Amino acid sequence: MSTKDDELLKELALEEYKYGFTTDIEMDIAPKGLSEDTVRLISAKKNEPEWLLEWRLKALRHFLQMEMPAWQNFEHPDVDFQDISYYAAPKAKPKLNSMDEVDPELLSTFEKLGIPLDEQKVLAGVVAVDAVFDSVSVKTTFREKLKEQGVIFCSFGEAVQEHPELVKQYLGSVVPQTDNIYAALNSAVFSDGSFVYIPKGVRCPMELSTYFRINAENTGQFERTLIIADEGAYVSYLEGCTAPMRDENQLHAAVVELIALKDAEIKYSTVQNWYPGDKDGKGGIYNFVTKRGMCKGDNSKISWTQVETGSAITWKYPGVILKGDHSVGEFYSVALTRNRQLADTGTKMIHLGKNTRSKIVSKGISAGVSHNSYRGLVKIGPGAENSRNFTQCDSLLIGDKCGAHTFPYIESRNKTAKLEHEATTSKIGEDQLFYLTQRGIDPEKAVGLIVNGYAKEVLNQLPMEFAVEAQKLLAISLEGSVG
Amino acid sequence: MLSIRNLHASVEDKQILKGLDLEVKAGEVHAIMGPNGSGKSTLGNVLAGREAYEVTEGEVLLDGKDLLDLSPEDRAREGVFLAFQYPVEIPGVSNINFLKTALNEVRAYKGLPPMEAKEFLSRVKEKQKLVKFDAKLANRSLNEGFSGGEKKRNEIFQLAMLEPKLAILDETDSGLDIDALRIVAGGVNQLRSNDNAFIVITHYQRLLDYIVPDFVHVLYNGRIVRSGTKELALELEEKGYDWIKETVDAEGTV
Ligand SMILES: Nc1ncnc2c1ncn2[C@@H]1O[C@H](COP(=O)(O)OP(=O)(O)OP(=O)(O)O)[C@@H](O)[C@H]1O
Ligand SMILES: [Mg+2]
Repeated sequence: MSTKDDELLKELALEEYKYGFTTDIEMDIAPKGLSEDTVRLISAKKNEPEWLLEWRLKALRHFLQMEMPAWQNFEHPDVDFQDISYYAAPKAKPKLNSMDEVDPELLSTFEKLGIPLDEQKVLAGVVAVDAVFDSVSVKTTFREKLKEQGVIFCSFGEAVQEHPELVKQYLGSVVPQTDNIYAALNSAVFSDGSFVYIPKGVRCPMELSTYFRINAENTGQFERTLIIADEGAYVSYLEGCTAPMRDENQLHAAVVELIALKDAEIKYSTVQNWYPGDKDGKGGIYNFVTKRGMCKGDNSKISWTQVETGSAITWKYPGVILKGDHSVGEFYSVALTRNRQLADTGTKMIHLGKNTRSKIVSKGISAGVSHNSYRGLVKIGPGAENSRNFTQCDSLLIGDKCGAHTFPYIESRNKTAKLEHEATTSKIGEDQLFYLTQRGIDPEKAVGLIVNGYAKEVLNQLPMEFAVEAQKLLAISLEGSVG
Repeated sequence: MLSIRNLHASVEDKQILKGLDLEVKAGEVHAIMGPNGSGKSTLGNVLAGREAYEVTEGEVLLDGKDLLDLSPEDRAREGVFLAFQYPVEIPGVSNINFLKTALNEVRAYKGLPPMEAKEFLSRVKEKQKLVKFDAKLANRSLNEGFSGGEKKRNEIFQLAMLEPKLAILDETDSGLDIDALRIVAGGVNQLRSNDNAFIVITHYQRLLDYIVPDFVHVLYNGRIVRSGTKELALELEEKGYDWIKETVDAEGTV
């Protein structure tokens, strides 16, 4: 490639994080450190029943015995678990009836993030927003409308109070406490998150959407999300996040569990844009999240779609356990890394039932000196007669200092299974860039167009409003002034 | 409109253009012919500002403005359009979206607001008709999976949409069937005006039956060694390039 393109690509890799600011809101922060007392404090603050406290304490004991994972394709950062505060809530948590009661600072924060909360309200019933600010939900809209259909969409904390039987039945049923060290940690200290229950035969009338945001300094964020689609139910859930600029690394270890019963379908879409750190890799979020769905009943379906552009380190494998016969699992992913970002992401498709099908489409984009790994496991159990998997795994390189890696693992214990795997690696070609600039298109925009074109198959899976946002995000992430 | 003086250019330290002069006035069509590897596409790339092509000497003015000073995108916005000999495929990028972006970038450069969606669409329809470009193709990904001829036709469709000042057609005729050739030529003829100019690079005088040039030039070994009218193309068709090569080489000017 020529020098000018090199310069351009270098610039693109150095785009500053646009959402770097912090909100000045009085916080109620627990003292740093992790012990039984911390767990008890959290549980007490949240007024939890005894069984849940016991559950947390059990998880803590597991956590204390577990070792840091060592198999991932990056140097694991030293995380000092004692140097983290495990609970933060805006002080004097208000009871809110309307938007006017929301802290204006908070509203303007969301505004800067470009989250059209007001607009969405106006958009009337298309999207419900459960905006999570730090550890506690402060705003939930459209809940009434959902209530009419029997849909429960609330904060996890509220669900514990109001629907303890559902929480008790499903919590930890897909991601056991012992799954991995971060899942254990989350189980011990989880703060809040979302809870969704769609009753039998109900098609959720709107996309359920949550915007997450990390705000308090040095505060680990441990969301817990639980979504249950009862027999024949359908729900599409959107999760989007950005974080303000911080100098110290912030740990994020969420757990998301999805349960689809017979004939039910869950679509879970994520746009993740947490602070990736500066160009030297300073600061930035560690995103160690465990997401898994269980196709529990026959003919059920779970789809994960993710657009990952943020975080210093991402470690994430949304998977599906295909337990019901004829169940379907899908994973569509775009992961973009630049500067010194590290992403190790992929999926796990565990085929247990007969005639189960899974599809994996992963599109990695690496720029700067970042490293982007796809790691996927397709496991076929002995009873998974005639199961199918199709995996497509593409990597796009921008510049020549970044890396793309693929680690597909296959474990098949049934001879009738059919597995297909395709993989490609390509570079943004000088000829493509020249073609677009020759038509008058700015080189940055040209890269944005090419990248969005490359990611199209995944972006197409997102609901319309979200797809537009994701497209912009991909373009913004690669933006930079041209030298 | 376009004035090229003593242009020297090299690729990877290899001298390709070795003192090329050309004057193109508004309203004119210039055909450039010449043996393979003589530097025709290089000329197009140099005019469009492709980075790998280094200008080592000479000047290029477009309406008095130093073209060589501008970035590729600014040259395009000033009205330079290159119909590529080998158009690339850009997977997933919709043809229409790409054109809208391009058109509006050119407009922004001229201080115009983005074109209204309605106006844009009616322009798409009009120009599709002009070059008989299938609406289905217009909605597909940019050149992805297009046949050779479809790609060429897409170049002319884009040309029609963008209405540049100076269009350089690099072997747009090669790969076109006879009907397509007529259509493309017909489109170009309709786009011809007193305000724009065309440089048509071709190997076949057949194209020049349809797009009748004001001048024909022969590019050989990095220079224009013969210039004439349409008759020169006929003569080349008949005799090939050897007679020119021989005389030029004998003159020892290269
Ligand atoms: N990017 C490049 N790298 C190396 N050499 C190049 C490059 N572009 C052109 N050349 C060389 O420059 C010379 C002129 O090439 P050019 O493509 O301009 O010829 P042309 O007249 O268009 O030929 P044709 O009629 O075959 O299209 C050739 O020898 C070619 O190999
Ligand atoms: Mg050529």
